[in-house]
Amino acid sequence: MKIVVCVKQVPATESKLQMTTDGADVNRSGLSFVINPYDEFAVEEALQIKERLGTGEVTVLSMRPHADQKPEEALRTCLAMGADKAVLLSDQVFDGGDAFTTALVLAAALRRLSFDLLLCGKQAVDDDGSAVGIQVAELLGLPHVAVVNKLEINQGARTVLAHRQIEGGIEVVEAPLPALITCQKGLNEPRYPSLPGIMKAKQKPLEVWTRDTLGLPAETIGVAGAKQRVVRLEPPPPRPAGRIIEGDAPTAVKELVRLLHEEAKVI
Amino acid sequence: MANPILVFCEQRDGRLKKVGLEAIGEARRLGEGAGREVVGIVIGASVASLAEELARHGTSRVLVGEDPGLTRYSSETYAAMLADAATRLQPVAILMGATAMGKDLAPKLAARLKTSLAQDCVALQMEGDGFLLATRPVYGGKLRAVVKAVTPALQVVTLRPNVFSPIEPKPASGIPIERLALQASPDRPRATVRDVQQTAGSKIELTEAGIIVSGGRGLKGPENFKLVEELAAAVGAAVGASRAAVDAGWKPHSYQVGLTGKTVSPQLYIACGISGAIQHQAGMSSARTIVAINNNPNAPIFKLATYGIVGDLFEVIPLLTEEVKKLKAES
Repeated sequence: MKIVVCVKQVPATESKLQMTTDGADVNRSGLSFVINPYDEFAVEEALQIKERLGTGEVTVLSMRPHADQKPEEALRTCLAMGADKAVLLSDQVFDGGDAFTTALVLAAALRRLSFDLLLCGKQAVDDDGSAVGIQVAELLGLPHVAVVNKLEINQGARTVLAHRQIEGGIEVVEAPLPALITCQKGLNEPRYPSLPGIMKAKQKPLEVWTRDTLGLPAETIGVAGAKQRVVRLEPPPPRPAGRIIEGDAPTAVKELVRLLHEEAKVI
Repeated sequence: MANPILVFCEQRDGRLKKVGLEAIGEARRLGEGAGREVVGIVIGASVASLAEELARHGTSRVLVGEDPGLTRYSSETYAAMLADAATRLQPVAILMGATAMGKDLAPKLAARLKTSLAQDCVALQMEGDGFLLATRPVYGGKLRAVVKAVTPALQVVTLRPNVFSPIEPKPASGIPIERLALQASPDRPRATVRDVQQTAGSKIELTEAGIIVSGGRGLKGPENFKLVEELAAAVGAAVGASRAAVDAGWKPHSYQVGLTGKTVSPQLYIACGISGAIQHQAGMSSARTIVAINNNPNAPIFKLATYGIVGDLFEVIPLLTEEVKKLKAES
């Protein structure tokens, strides 16, 4: 089974974020970057499927979202975890796009790769858009199942059975292959790259593809093709100062219930 | 006449999600200035009876996409129906709830229409020419992005539940309810829901709950979650958990509030024995009122809390449950 995993390199979650001078983006210089945590579930799942079936190939695919990022590092980590090969989509014209143009670039790359299954994270923890994976499937005309925390492959029937988290339960969704799955926490426990894995990763193929490789018209991608732009980034509104309710537990609790009832009017 | 605003109102098992009515309320406010019509859409196996409820909450027209085969959600059929409606009505924007269904459907629809998408919005503003300014949390809630489409047409937007307000319902009599047949794609859907399994436990869904009581590491063990559950039952709340409690195996992941769990915006959030790491704040900092109960006065949760009690939760929570019961008995 041939599996392609789309990964995004994102700022580490503990990063202190500062805005660029135009206020519409995060200043990336000096930040440390990691593989998007949900994409790690996707990589791990691909490796486990290959191990379970005893055959197959895992390709990791990433687009450089910004000139100041080095997603090849994220791809090397995936190779060190056990992926077989990597493709980096890197071109200045990809910069400044949105979910749609990203999906367009990824879909163009995927048309050049052969696969039975596509895996990606349910969302990237920078844009929090929960869109690109599903849009890739739509652009390729493939079925998708999103926010999956359990996945079974039926190789004979060429189908997947995916458990997808919904409010108060799960939907069990069946889809024919090839299909795209977006991965949720709970699917597996991503492994750490081993030392031999890290050594081997250096020898594994990592190709770099540009807009020319993909043959995409420049006006459809990056800033030119984006359907949306960020006007500004701003900090969330400050919360009004809270108060600690003093006194022994019975007194404090009585006062708390009074405040919730009379002041906040929430109970 | 100005292009309308289309609102997709999700139903499951014949029950409308509250966030759909919130979206209608917001669409009314957005469209008021330009006199935009608010058109509701409901899709399912037998949903015509829900049209009236949409009308009572502010839609002037309701499109019903009914098919006996649609007892369960299908992203492909729903997207095809919505795309068809959008192509015919040319709405300035298409609104829906940022639910499991909405967040699944909206990206597919936007890609099909080749238009802009803003997921999980917490504030919306519409300019006279129809451009939406959509505010949405990014970077796990550390920042908010204000985004704008490049064309003011077919802007797809999902709204975070519990953030926007529905309008006061009016009697539906006299409000015209038109029923339009929506054309689904002739292709058979390929991804098919085979089963829907209810998760045991809390009856109230976290993302829709008005009140949430959450427990964390301070509970010291899974057996002590019953303190949280008793308080939740007394106050009429859903039960949540911190990542620490979930990672320890005390509660399943569906209970988790925070960066790798659910994002909630209840009226009241009671954090019991939760320190309030940035991971957790990402999921609950937009709650209107926050109560923190923790024995560590330096816990970051107290910086967010509207009201805090520094104390032993094993003493405080049972007292609070009793006081709430007393209050409920009196009122």
